[in-house]
Amino acid sequence: MTTLASAPPRRPLGALTWVGSRLAGALFVLWAVATLIFFGIRLIPGDPAEAILGGPGSRATPEALAQARAEFGLDQPLLTQYLHELGRLASFDFGTSYALKVPVAQVLLDGLGNTLVLAIASLAVAWLLAIALALWATRGGRVAGAVSTVLEIVAAAVPNFWLGTILILVFSVALGWLPAISTPGIPGLVLPVLTLAVPLAGFLGQLMRESVLNALDAPFVVSARARGESETGVRLIHALRHAALPAISLSGWAFGSLISSAVVVETVFARPGLGRTLLNAVLIRDVPVVIGVVMVVALVYIVVTIATDLADRIADPRLRGR
Amino acid sequence: MSGSAGAPLLPGSAGAARTGRGSAPVRAPGEPSLREAGAGIRSLGRPRPRPAEVVSAVILILLVAAALAPQLFTATDPLAIAPASAFTPPSPGHWFGTDESGRDIFTRVIYGARTSLLIGLCATAIGMLLALLLGSLAGLGPRPVDFGVNRLLEVLFAFPGLLLALVFITIFGVGVTSATVAVGLATAPGYARIIRSEIRSIRLSGHIEAAVVLGRSPAQIFRRNILPNVAAGLFALATLGVGQAIVWASALSFLGLGAVPPAAEWGAMLSAGRTYISLAWWLTFFPGAFVVLSAAAATVLGRSLQRRNRER
Repeated sequence: MTTLASAPPRRPLGALTWVGSRLAGALFVLWAVATLIFFGIRLIPGDPAEAILGGPGSRATPEALAQARAEFGLDQPLLTQYLHELGRLASFDFGTSYALKVPVAQVLLDGLGNTLVLAIASLAVAWLLAIALALWATRGGRVAGAVSTVLEIVAAAVPNFWLGTILILVFSVALGWLPAISTPGIPGLVLPVLTLAVPLAGFLGQLMRESVLNALDAPFVVSARARGESETGVRLIHALRHAALPAISLSGWAFGSLISSAVVVETVFARPGLGRTLLNAVLIRDVPVVIGVVMVVALVYIVVTIATDLADRIADPRLRGR
Repeated sequence: MSGSAGAPLLPGSAGAARTGRGSAPVRAPGEPSLREAGAGIRSLGRPRPRPAEVVSAVILILLVAAALAPQLFTATDPLAIAPASAFTPPSPGHWFGTDESGRDIFTRVIYGARTSLLIGLCATAIGMLLALLLGSLAGLGPRPVDFGVNRLLEVLFAFPGLLLALVFITIFGVGVTSATVAVGLATAPGYARIIRSEIRSIRLSGHIEAAVVLGRSPAQIFRRNILPNVAAGLFALATLGVGQAIVWASALSFLGLGAVPPAAEWGAMLSAGRTYISLAWWLTFFPGAFVVLSAAAATVLGRSLQRRNRER
């Protein structure tokens, strides 16, 4: 409250400083993620050169090992390797996949588009479902209480891999309406999107339900009612805008976790994408690909978080002075 | 190991809370102690358990019983194959049907409870211990420590969902132990943030100041003033966490990174059953349904514990 008086004259500078500090924070997180994973990966037991040549079973000759070490820079001192790695990551050069022997950037680009389409569509569907559920669950009575309990349970307890399998059982095996394997095009997208969207909608809906209930008691809703606005108008315009705030803030987190849940969903629906790329890389310890996917997910997470904070500032006038 | 280290911490600290509140009251024999009377009044005022809570508690008790003594529920061997009766649909003889080798799905699901609950409990204990360490450091330490821990948490949040667990498994390899630690690690940042803010808010309250003025050591203050106050919250959080850990751990097994077939583990069973999805729905339905059942029960109980803590 005390900051309100001093805030307005400084607003343009405030906004710039805000953007500047957010960018600095983003760079710090990216650097820290890169550092953490660079040194984390060194904990892998065994010789990385051997992993490049196909694991301990490959019986590589000492010459081949030496050559692989030179090729991937593994014969350099650790600090040199680290600085070299940071330099490469800064220029979006993720090195070469151990297994596929093609640039990691290429592998990532191939998968990223598919996964982004999946994640964006899922987030949109989840939001629509959540708004509908939140409005429905705040009408009061026994039904509303039951709906909110179900939301909690769906959000927390229904694993993606089971939901996806059940959707396949119902809509592909029993009814034959939609493909079980995610083919290109809209029909192939429906089941994977539902699989990701339904638990997220439960989570967001639960969150929105609580804030709609809070908002309905707030003075601005009382005054809107006093002005003679309809119940629907009050709910849709005033309460929902208020209720959207916490859900917007969490959408950055939600988007990041959608991308990592894509690992499961892309496996269930045999859909190509970043998640499947990551899973295959984890299974055969293709380190450059794992690092590449982690860096891309961290980048997407940071970008979306900044975007949602911006959206928060637009939706909530109270934040703009800060 | 961490599981056994984690469990006694919470009840122990709750005990400290009770004994810490004052010396034994003087009373006539037969007269109820203040605490007993208080409990009676509180149980009068306390809302009766909701049906969902009762059902959840019963489900969890049955699952724990299945984990401790699966023989109570089924006489069959979970690994015994009977090729002649492969792919039997659910029937009186085989409640949940049989799989491609004729193994009884009900038996395997019951035996799977041990693995899934154990992973869930251990992962939650690991996550909570790490989070308690980080959260206490940030909540009680000087500002630079708080700042450092907060930045670390921010960085860990850039590995959303299962990503941190997947990186851990890349480093330490596939297996049940690795998956357990991975899930614990992946859940720790979220708990740490909650614990930090809880501790911060308690630290600002008057009775901590009083303890400082009384000259108590930081260790004493932590044990006698802070832990008892966060214990109930931690317990509710851990109950919720067990549900999440079971879901995540079974997801890792589903991906082939945790328990591997022919082990009777729910995620691994579901994954193996997917090959025959158009032929036998019961291979995938029942193992997954048990993941949902156990996680849902833990969630409902955790939420109602949180609600009760708030009302108190």
